Amino acid sequence: MPFAAIVVLAVGTYALRIAGPLAHHRFTLPPRLQELLSDAAVVLLVALVVTSAVAAGQHPAGWARPVAVLLAGVLVWRRAPFPVVVVAAAATAAGVRLLGVA
Amino acid sequence: MDMRSTGRTRGSGPTALLDRATVRDIALVCLADALVGASFGAISVSGGLPVWVPVAMSVLVFAGGAQFAAVGVVLAGGGPAAAVVAGLVLNTRLLPFGFAVADVLGSRWSALLPGAHVVTDESVAFALRESDVGRRRAAFWTCAVALFLVWNVAVVAGAAAGRLISDTDALGLDAAFPAVLLALVLPSLTRRTGPAAALGAVVALAATPFVSPGLPVLLALVGLVLVVRRTAAEPTPAGES
Repeated sequence: MPFAAIVVLAVGTYALRIAGPLAHHRFTLPPRLQELLSDAAVVLLVALVVTSAVAAGQHPAGWARPVAVLLAGVLVWRRAPFPVVVVAAAATAAGVRLLGVA
Repeated sequence: MDMRSTGRTRGSGPTALLDRATVRDIALVCLADALVGASFGAISVSGGLPVWVPVAMSVLVFAGGAQFAAVGVVLAGGGPAAAVVAGLVLNTRLLPFGFAVADVLGSRWSALLPGAHVVTDESVAFALRESDVGRRRAAFWTCAVALFLVWNVAVVAGAAAGRLISDTDALGLDAAFPAVLLALVLPSLTRRTGPAAALGAVVALAATPFVSPGLPVLLALVGLVLVVRRTAAEPTPAGES
C-alpha cells in the first residue's frame, strides 16, 4: 500500500465528507441517489465478507475461516455484543485449526 | 451503515448538555471501536504491511470500513488502485451523512474543516438521535473527538501487538476481519438490499479464481441492478427498508 494510495483515499474520503456541508444551501441529494449509495456500500461489504471468508487470494481459504465467519453471522443475528462476535470468530478459527482441520 | 436514528423524543430544552445515557452509549461505542481499531492494526501488520500503513490510514482516512476494505484488498493480493476504489465506494455513504449533519457543522471554517474529517457512521448516528441543534452539536463533537482519539490509539496499539504475533492464522485473526465486517453490515441487510447483496456475493465468488484480487468485490456492484430495477418497477418512490 504506497503512501500515495493512502493520500488519494484520504482526499477522496474528505471530499465526500465535506461536500454535503458545503453544498446543502444550494441543493440536496435526490433520495434515489442516497439510497443507491448506501445500497452500494452494503453490496460491497457483503461481497467482501463472503470472499474474504472463503478465499485467500485466488485460492480457497480452507474450512476454519468460513466456519468461524458463519458462527459470527449467527452471533450477530442473535444480537451478541460486538466484542463477543469478534473474539468468538477468532477463537473458532484457531480451535478448528488446532483440531487439525486446515 | 445502520444509523439507528430512533428519533427518540426527548425534552428539547435549550441546554446543550448531554444526558448520562448518551454519554454512556458514546463510551460503549468507543470501546467497541477500540477493539475494531486494535484488530485493524494487528491484522494489517501481521499480514505483512509496515506499521506506518495502518497508522497513516487511521489518521488521514479515519473511516473503519474503508480502511478494512482497502487493507483487505491489499492483503488478498490486489493492487493499490483496487484498494482505493473499494475504500471510496464504501465511503460514498459519507456523502449523504455530510448533508445530514450540515447544520451541526455550521458554516464557520474553523469548525467545518476539522468537523468534516470526523464525520463517521457513529458521530452522525449520535447527532441524529438528538432533536435540538445544541444537543446535536454536543453529541456529534463528543462522539467524534472521543472516537478519533480512541481509534488512533487503538490502531497504534494493535499494530505494535501485530509485530509480536508471528502466526496470526494460529490465533484465528484472519477470521476476525470478515467477522468485523459482517457485524457492521448485517443490520443493514433489508428486503431491498438482500437480493442485490446475494447476487453481488455470487458474482464476486464466481469471479475470484479468474480475475486479479480486489476486482471481484468491485464486480459485486452489478448486484445493484436488482435494486435499480425494483425501484423503477415500483409505482411509488421506495420508502421501504
